[in-house]
Amino acid sequence: MTEEMATREAYGKALVELGRKNPSIVVLDADLSKSTKTVLFADEFPLRFFNMGVAEADMIGTAAGLAASGFIPFVSTFGVFATGRVYDQIRNSVAYTKMNVKIAATHTGITVGEDGASHQSFEDIALMRVLPNMTVVVPADARQTCQAVEAAAKHEGPLYLRLGRPKVPPVISPEVPFELGKAQLLREGDDLVFIATGITVGIALEAASLMERHNISAAVVNVHTIKPLDEVLLLQLAQKTGAIVTIEEHSIIGGLGGAIAELVSENCPVPVIRVGINDSFGESGSPKELLQKYGLTVNKLISAGKAAVEKKVRAY
Amino acid sequence: MPAISAAALEELRIKARKLRKDVVTMIYEAGSGHPGGSLSVLDILIVLYYKVMNIDSQNYKHPHRDRLVLSKGHACPALYAVLADKGFFPSAYLSSLRKINSPLQGHPDMRKTPGIEMSTGSLGQGLSVANGMALAARLNQSKYHTYVILGDGEIQEGQVWEAAMTSAHYRLDNLTAFLDYNGLQIDGWIRDVKLPQPLAGKWRAFGWHVMEVDGHDYAALLEAIGRARANKGAPTMIIAHTVKGKGISFMENQLDWHGRAPNKEEYEKALAELSQ
Ligand SMILES: Cc1ncc(C[n+]2csc(CCOP(=O)(O)OP(=O)(O)O)c2C)c(N)n1
Ligand SMILES: [Mg+2]
Repeated sequence: MTEEMATREAYGKALVELGRKNPSIVVLDADLSKSTKTVLFADEFPLRFFNMGVAEADMIGTAAGLAASGFIPFVSTFGVFATGRVYDQIRNSVAYTKMNVKIAATHTGITVGEDGASHQSFEDIALMRVLPNMTVVVPADARQTCQAVEAAAKHEGPLYLRLGRPKVPPVISPEVPFELGKAQLLREGDDLVFIATGITVGIALEAASLMERHNISAAVVNVHTIKPLDEVLLLQLAQKTGAIVTIEEHSIIGGLGGAIAELVSENCPVPVIRVGINDSFGESGSPKELLQKYGLTVNKLISAGKAAVEKKVRAY
Repeated sequence: MPAISAAALEELRIKARKLRKDVVTMIYEAGSGHPGGSLSVLDILIVLYYKVMNIDSQNYKHPHRDRLVLSKGHACPALYAVLADKGFFPSAYLSSLRKINSPLQGHPDMRKTPGIEMSTGSLGQGLSVANGMALAARLNQSKYHTYVILGDGEIQEGQVWEAAMTSAHYRLDNLTAFLDYNGLQIDGWIRDVKLPQPLAGKWRAFGWHVMEVDGHDYAALLEAIGRARANKGAPTMIIAHTVKGKGISFMENQLDWHGRAPNKEEYEKALAELSQ
């Protein structure tokens, strides 16, 4: 996996691998299997694939029933339809019941692109994170997606897997171990830590290396599991660097930034600047243009990093 | 299903009187709850649990057991009374209904109560879940049957019709649904809130095998279930004509008794009626 690949593509392939090894895996989709790539599983395991039609609520409920009877359902559609559209079904039939259902949403965040605001979910992490019993995972690249799919199947209980539409470059080297709930420290640093998730990990790594020019030593950590948070590592980094910038392809309210602010304000209050979508809906455009327009860029991150370090100095 | 003897019918009637007392007592002691819909659904549960379903209270997680999803979860006092009577948990639990630390929650919780197959309470979700269980039976080549009970107000939820299409699409003849057709919801008569007709026609149009029976007639219910089990290639909907508050004269067909507990005087009156 040295080439660019969308995390949804990696998901589709990983599901097939998983299906070969584990006969308990079943997959449900709601008329988007070609986009979510569950079609790959459907082609190989037609009896274990259920196309529920354009009926997301029914899909979640059916998955709960399959899980109640011992299967491990992976349920896929776009992020907006996989979360907000079926929130009560997830809440009551999956989370409350601790059903072993994996909700894999493939089109999330601003990089959904041309389809525009109706299809761009900036609130899905927040919605899933607030549910008891729910684990929330956002892989950074294709390899990590495969690891996450594998881990999701082993994990007992409801899990939300946030995937993306566009191709993304590999950012996590193969030696970095993957474990649910364990954040990955990708770069050491003393003055500042960039806390990133999903496709923003690459942006954070690039920004951190450019920060050297400003004499700021920035660490980078990949929080692929937003819930449960790796509190130990994150608090260590907060303590050590004293300044935090979070970055995510999600609203700055309730997502990664929100989770980090909650954690450090209770345990190790240091300045936190949240970079993400500023409480707005999205719009049509190419993913690249939208990342630019909505401020998910290396430059934005660098200025946020400087501002965070400055705040720290003033606080002392 | 074999035809039922007069003696067996009488036994069920005696059981029903006891369970009706349990339901009213539970709700009285809890100080809140839903007597109307519990009493309308009780006779369906009695037929299922005492005459039809293959279940063992001492081994209630057996993989090949029959399943029941009470989609209209607010009627759980009826189900709790039956489960306690069948030995799924001690009858002493019944007086803890809706109280702090109780295994018997205000709406069914599968993680707290033995014998509850699915947590419900948010209406409209049970048929989807039952479909999942029926699909699982097919994948596992298991012979268990899945039953699900819906309210007539509940089927105003759109998800029910998504699920109805799913059951028919997959030809789930290992699934039987009941509609507790008591004609009432919270805000009034169903027909005034949202016209349900054509009711049987809707389900037929969605590809279901449909029957209509008196939901308090054990022999008729048994016969219908027998025909449902024999029917192949489609799910069955048994529209059970019921009376909300059945068995307690002053609760029958009264909107007011959807969701309130009897006071002491009403409680005693109800018990006296059930003891006659
Ligand atoms: C999604 C949802 N909306 C609203 C309610 C509140 N509620 C509880 S019972 C009920 C009426 C149900 O009527 P029906 O299905 O006819 O039940 P029954 O007459 O058998 O009691 C409503 C609206 C709920 N539990 N779930
Ligand atoms: Mg009703």
